[in-house]
Amino acid sequence: MIRFMRSVGAQALERLASLGRATVMWGTAMWGLPGPGDFTLMLKQIYHVGVLSLIIIVLSAFSIGAVIALQFHTQLSRFGAEDAVGLGLALTLLRELGPVVTALLFAGRAGSAITAEIGLMKATEQLSSMEMMGVDPLHRIVAPRLWAGIISMPLLTAVFNVVAIYGGVIVAVEWLGSDPGAFWSGMRDAVELWEDVGKGMLKSVAFAVVVTWIAVFQGYDTEPTAEGIGLATTRTVVISSVVVLAMDFLLTLSMYGDF
Amino acid sequence: MQMRTIEISVGAFVLAGMLALVFLAVKVSGISLSEDRGGYIIKARFDDVSGLRLRSKVTMAGVTIGRVSGIDVDMLRGDAEVTMEIDGEEGGLTLDTGAKILTEGVLGARYVSLVPGADPDTLRDGDYILDEFTQGAFVLENLIGDIVTRLGAS
Repeated sequence: MIRFMRSVGAQALERLASLGRATVMWGTAMWGLPGPGDFTLMLKQIYHVGVLSLIIIVLSAFSIGAVIALQFHTQLSRFGAEDAVGLGLALTLLRELGPVVTALLFAGRAGSAITAEIGLMKATEQLSSMEMMGVDPLHRIVAPRLWAGIISMPLLTAVFNVVAIYGGVIVAVEWLGSDPGAFWSGMRDAVELWEDVGKGMLKSVAFAVVVTWIAVFQGYDTEPTAEGIGLATTRTVVISSVVVLAMDFLLTLSMYGDF
Repeated sequence: MQMRTIEISVGAFVLAGMLALVFLAVKVSGISLSEDRGGYIIKARFDDVSGLRLRSKVTMAGVTIGRVSGIDVDMLRGDAEVTMEIDGEEGGLTLDTGAKILTEGVLGARYVSLVPGADPDTLRDGDYILDEFTQGAFVLENLIGDIVTRLGAS
């Protein structure tokens, strides 16, 4: 019994300590503004994290948009309300699916890569040799990745939303024959710039901060062994996904819930 | 060379993202910043506003000319006070403008329809539409109840 309590306590302390380490790491990395030399580093990271994620984002967005439009169309046409397909599609995407699915894909595609990369740097002692040379790995390695993620994810979300809406257009308008005028005007009537587009983007920024933070920290804090890196990569994806979904609920509650 | 491709593709990526945002703002939301569209406010009292919501449309002759910006209940009089934001300059609506709450589409979205009158004077910012020209929401249950009692009486 005592041993059980002790293990629970040790676990809790360990979690708390790693949360503390993560906060310190994030704080110090984000504190120093990127200098002109860091800009090139960041550019490279945006390429790795953002540009290379575009393909998976575009493909998933297209399928998701098409599926939502198809579902809305089949259900709504039973009531003769196909005109609401555009509206439903746009609101679902802008408010929820755009930011959330992008964050999940981003965690799987870019987050895991960041963790593995930094973890391997740690395992091969590149990080400690940097410190030895007087280069702060937080500024050289961690900060550009954090910033790149925060810049890339909202842009990816915007691309996701647009591609998904066009996926929906192709299914609902071109294929199933909804009226394009009703589709677009219904969408425009219902969608508000700040309330839907703006808040969706705000969500995406919040997810970006959290996902890149988790990814970088898991890599930075990993056990420097092959097994440790594997575990850290898995943890990045699992923790990011769970945190994104939980945060999404809380954000939605505070943004749209009136209570 | 390699840096060049990276720079070019990042530039294209950022541009694509920005374009996507502009697209969302312009084409999808139709930039509906209802706050700074100018416009003015008129109010109307209805005996029943069932189904009317904030941001429901206000139309005249089927054209949207404003939005509902507030719905309050007046406990003393037992009716509902609806505040409407009308686009454009004041002076377009006559003093005897009528207001009806109608239903649109199969989903049953309620909206306020304004019917122009003939009075030379016009409604100013904050004015009320005269009570004798307003007509509340048509509630099916009430109507059926009415018919049943009448049938019972006859």
